[in-house]
Amino acid sequence: MLTLAVEVGFVLIGLAMTLNLWRLVRGPDATDRILALDTLTINAIALLVLFGIRAGSSAYFEAALVLAAMSFVGTMALCKYLLRGDIIE
Amino acid sequence: MNVIIEFTVSALILLGAVFALLGSIGLVRLPDFFTRLHGPTKATTLGVGAMVLASAIYFTATQPGVSLHEIAVMVFLFITAPVTAHLLAKAALHRRGNHVAKHQEKVK
Repeated sequence: MLTLAVEVGFVLIGLAMTLNLWRLVRGPDATDRILALDTLTINAIALLVLFGIRAGSSAYFEAALVLAAMSFVGTMALCKYLLRGDIIE
Repeated sequence: MNVIIEFTVSALILLGAVFALLGSIGLVRLPDFFTRLHGPTKATTLGVGAMVLASAIYFTATQPGVSLHEIAVMVFLFITAPVTAHLLAKAALHRRGNHVAKHQEKVK
């Protein structure tokens, strides 16, 4: 049952990442692209968690935590750039 | 592994994946940026939180000791999602204000 659930989860998350990619390419404004990129990394965290469950190893969590931190800092920097035209003033 | 634990972990994984997919569908289908902001910041965050909780339960059941460092990922995501949404909405408002100002100058 768990193996099946993990496989279905992979499919659903892959579908979600494809939709995010569509919005990233298509997005009418820069803020849409930033939002799509942020959602893409959050879905990548979910994918890493699923990989960890399937491999039975908790080493994937370090990668998930680093990805979460990097995504947050990157989104902050891009938003600051859009707001001020500069990142570090 | 216990059947109840296996069922709980499977249900949480499926719930999380469905919520993440719903958030992405909202990101694609909704008409305006400010409505599009709702999908990823609420549904996707809840979905990933459910998946991380499933993983915490799974590793607590299979490995010796309580596995708590997954909770760090969950707390971090739940704290950063509103901050990201707030700054994105601020940036979008700022850009829209600029567009409106340019348009008014053209009309004059």
